[in-house]
Amino acid sequence: MFLALTLLLPIPVSNRKKNKRILSEKSYGKLTARERILLLLDPDSFDEYDMFVEHRCSDFGMDSNKNKYPGDSVVTGRGRINGRLAYVFSQRNVLCSGVVPQISLIMGPCAGGAVYSPALTDFTFMVKDTSYLFITGPDVVKSVTNEDVTQEQLGGAKTHTAVSGVAHRAFENDIDALLNLREFFNYLPLSNRDPAPVCECHDPSDRLVPELDTVVPVESTKAYDMLDIIHSIADEREFFEIMPSYARNIVVGFARMNGRTVGIVGNQPKVASGCLDINSSVKGARFVRFCDAFNIPLITFVDVPGFLPGTAQEYGGIIRHGAKLLFAFAEATVPKITIITRKAYGGAYDVMSSKHLRGDANYAWPTAEVAVMGAKGAVQIIFRGKEANAEAEYVDKFANPFPAAMRGFVDDIIQPSTTRMRICHDLDVLASKTQSSPWKKHANIPL
Amino acid sequence: CGELVCPEAASLLGLLHGKQWGRCLKVLVKVEEEKMHVSGGRKACVLFISRFLLFFSLQTFEKLLIANRGEIACRVIKTCKKMGIKTVAIHSDVDANAVHVKMADEAVCVGPAPTGKSYLNMDAIMEVIKKTRAQAVHPGYGFLSENKEFARRLASEGVTFIGPDTHAIQAMGDKIESKLLAKNAKVNTIPGFDGVVKDADEAVRIAREIGYPVMIKASAGGGGKGMRIAWDDEETREGFRFSSQEAASSFGDDRLLIEKFIDNPRHIEIQVLADKHGNALWLNERECSIQRRNQKVVEEAPSTFLDPETRRAMGEQAVALAKAVKYSSAGTVEFLVDSSKNFYFLEMNTRLQVEHPVTECITGLDLVQEMIRVAKGYPLRHKQADIPINGWAVECRVYAEDPYKSFGLPSIGKLSQYQEPLHVPSVRVDSGIQQGSDISIYYDPMISKLITYGSNRAEALKRMEEALDNYVIRGVAHNISLLREVIVHPRFVQGDISTKFLPEVYPDGFKGHKLTDLERRELLATAASLYVAEQLRSQRFLGTPRIPIAKSKRSSWELSVRLGDGNYPIAVSKDGSSFSPCLVSQQVEVDGMKLNVTSEWNLASPLLSVTVDGTQRTIQRLSRNASGDTRIQFLGTVYKLQILTKVAAELSKYMPEKAAEDTSSILRSPMPGAVVAVSVKPGDTVSEGQEICVIEAMKMQNSMIAAKTGKVKAVHCKAGDTVGEGDLLVELE
Repeated sequence: MFLALTLLLPIPVSNRKKNKRILSEKSYGKLTARERILLLLDPDSFDEYDMFVEHRCSDFGMDSNKNKYPGDSVVTGRGRINGRLAYVFSQRNVLCSGVVPQISLIMGPCAGGAVYSPALTDFTFMVKDTSYLFITGPDVVKSVTNEDVTQEQLGGAKTHTAVSGVAHRAFENDIDALLNLREFFNYLPLSNRDPAPVCECHDPSDRLVPELDTVVPVESTKAYDMLDIIHSIADEREFFEIMPSYARNIVVGFARMNGRTVGIVGNQPKVASGCLDINSSVKGARFVRFCDAFNIPLITFVDVPGFLPGTAQEYGGIIRHGAKLLFAFAEATVPKITIITRKAYGGAYDVMSSKHLRGDANYAWPTAEVAVMGAKGAVQIIFRGKEANAEAEYVDKFANPFPAAMRGFVDDIIQPSTTRMRICHDLDVLASKTQSSPWKKHANIPL
Repeated sequence: CGELVCPEAASLLGLLHGKQWGRCLKVLVKVEEEKMHVSGGRKACVLFISRFLLFFSLQTFEKLLIANRGEIACRVIKTCKKMGIKTVAIHSDVDANAVHVKMADEAVCVGPAPTGKSYLNMDAIMEVIKKTRAQAVHPGYGFLSENKEFARRLASEGVTFIGPDTHAIQAMGDKIESKLLAKNAKVNTIPGFDGVVKDADEAVRIAREIGYPVMIKASAGGGGKGMRIAWDDEETREGFRFSSQEAASSFGDDRLLIEKFIDNPRHIEIQVLADKHGNALWLNERECSIQRRNQKVVEEAPSTFLDPETRRAMGEQAVALAKAVKYSSAGTVEFLVDSSKNFYFLEMNTRLQVEHPVTECITGLDLVQEMIRVAKGYPLRHKQADIPINGWAVECRVYAEDPYKSFGLPSIGKLSQYQEPLHVPSVRVDSGIQQGSDISIYYDPMISKLITYGSNRAEALKRMEEALDNYVIRGVAHNISLLREVIVHPRFVQGDISTKFLPEVYPDGFKGHKLTDLERRELLATAASLYVAEQLRSQRFLGTPRIPIAKSKRSSWELSVRLGDGNYPIAVSKDGSSFSPCLVSQQVEVDGMKLNVTSEWNLASPLLSVTVDGTQRTIQRLSRNASGDTRIQFLGTVYKLQILTKVAAELSKYMPEKAAEDTSSILRSPMPGAVVAVSVKPGDTVSEGQEICVIEAMKMQNSMIAAKTGKVKAVHCKAGDTVGEGDLLVELE
């Protein structure tokens, strides 16, 4: 088994025209399972399994002939996506986690215990307006808690991609979702024993990116969009973002560098100044672990003013959750390249794939500020507001990358426009990196 | 060593040593005269030393400050570098990383982003001049370029203002005074009343004397403000009332004048260059008739309309006017020219014009250099007979604006990709931005001036087409589509233009290029071929995977492309054996017609060259996504296409239609800008067409009106807010 895809709630396999149930599905704007497979897989590549299985329910007249369909409930089999092998399943196995990448695509309602099927896979994608995920539906919610809530509010694509973080992306409709899945598949290796795929690349690896020299604003309090940086260094400006609407203060997703898949993690200064909080730590940690499990090099862009302070965060267990990201970066043995674009303060600096976490190449832009904390806060603590010129002195001393470079915490201070070139060169060298960990049953990440 | 090679050089060195500058020059002149007779090594030596001396003999200033930003600041710095002058740039805090700041030898911040606090902040600029010891100031255009107070303050500090003296600035800055001066200098002026109009009755009397139609305009005005056209007595009274109100509120000066309104005129201007010794030249004309909202869009030199006699007459009058005000430096005399080649003085601009490059292209002069020389006090180097018209030059002003909204509403953003078409021959691009620059709401949204040159007009226009197609601007809306349509429009090509060209040619607003059947087929075939190239590439992986990759044996694709309202079935098939990874040659069948598409599809390049049935085109693919949505810039205009396989397209019909937002009950900002006023509050009842709020962006105020009658549900903005394009302003119930 090399890749398991879940197309939950497939519907009968026979011809659209002959089946009443299909017609009712059509009115909801859904495709039949067979149509979905037609779009997802390369033409004529699907080999189906268990086509003759029927349901075995006999209560309430379900065993009558009109309620029986061969191949009912699921379509499973094997096919190719852009020539590469993929398995289409409806049940997967926890044991497969970390062995083959598993993706679920939710294309209809999915409730009760069945929701753990997608929850156990690496990525869960949903279709807007036609798919729902919840443990208990609105009717049960009403009778138990007296809450009034619609299906969409309770477990629609928007809820899970923006509020709960259960799903990783939402797409407009079945066709959009399946075509995007094909494209996403090209980023992933077939298993943990395969290297990340390398695609033919037309974008020169030594391309200079002049706009990066000015992307960080002069005032260090001003925001900018980390996505601008990611798009401009990635091959052909393509970036497949994971969880774009959830915990937006951290950006994670896949891109290619000189054709090779890389996982990108970056603080987003545009949202909450790019600070780390519970949700962003968990989002980042899960992504980093996926990349590590499947041999995808990690590139980290750091502009982090620190962890979000406050009772909400401390009571919520920011220590425990922040530790997940720290743990994930520390245990990762894939190539790790880090670029500090601006702020790298305190514990959050340490967490963001620092040199101290076995980073392979850690660079700083000239705008980098590697310090325990920002000048204002530091001066208040050190001098209790008694020293008037202390802030300027602190800025002079620490609001630049040199102290860190002198101590070897960054390997080089680089011209931002050369970032793409440096990363591509490093990835070439690091392609053969192997790092082994001591024997263990599994590590005990602070869950 | 000089002595050994040639006596002239030796004597020059001697004189140089003795600092006998005047005699040095004389020797130089002699050498120049004898150049023809000097030979070989001697010649080289003399030339070298004479160049060296020429540099000293023409030395102007050591350090010059440019009181401007953007392309014109860069333009001035370039010439300064050529002349060996050190440069000082000024900038606002948001411009700290701007190109002109990087180009200059020194740069000083003069204040925050709003122009009133930075580029117009005379105190701060004077301070910088003192601090940097700049000897001269070039004001560029706009900002302080025609500010007599600034020129006066510079003079009092002993700093040279690169431009005319305060007297000329003042005389030409006032419409009434300049008209009187022009009349006295025997320059043709528009028939009209020279004095101040006292009241509406007098206005009507004067209007009748001149003959309708008449134009009522503010004496202190500019930019179309306080201007009214009247065709009868009633309109004159009304126009008088409105114009005086507007003039009072806009300029604090309600003096009005009335003159004959020239219907459908051309706007042709004469470049003049004068020195402080009473010499003046005319450097031919510029045709600037293609305008929108009184702002020029396309300019060219020379004009297709002028014959040599008219040109000379206009040039001589322009020079007469310049001499009458003792003008020195470069200036522009604007004329309106009617269909019978009668020309009337409009105004004189006492600065370097935006469109000066076209004049430079056809005359070979560097106007900035001449301005600096003249300001230093040197006499002009040229005689009228030396001023040629070599070839033809066309300039397009490339703006960050959306041409589909009243020929251009400003757009802002970061230039995520930017590449000037400098690989096209005979192209000059004057710009002050680069990849990554921000186009902000604070300043003029001009991206660049794109100038092409050719031995004749057709050649210059052909190159302009190519240059526009090869211009990569991403991240902000731009007006390339409008520019490209204008320069290929039959009326423009024939030279049949006037200041009303745009509203006449596009009475319902600009809608982009209209594809002919052939062009549509070309676009569809190109898009389909590009899609197949992309699909093929996504199946090519490097290295050897453990599980072999199944090689696709497909040689034909059935696609369905949606363009506008149409769905087009397209068949793509391999053309013979030339299906190598890079060079893709395909037969594409559209509407039952076969087209051959050949390209090296480098999918990472922003510019894609493709040959369809022998026609070469440069297209740009602006975006694509997995579900086939593709935006392609073709013939300047961006087309949205959706490319799907036939199977996917057939299944699309089962997809749910997503309800579009009801836009009649919400009001969104059509452009980024600042909210000046909000005239409604929640609960108010508004009627259709009623003003809801006013948005100001880049010098323009735009009144936002209700699209239907209804009750205001919520107001999401207040006066003083900064809003982005598409931001929700007001909701109706």
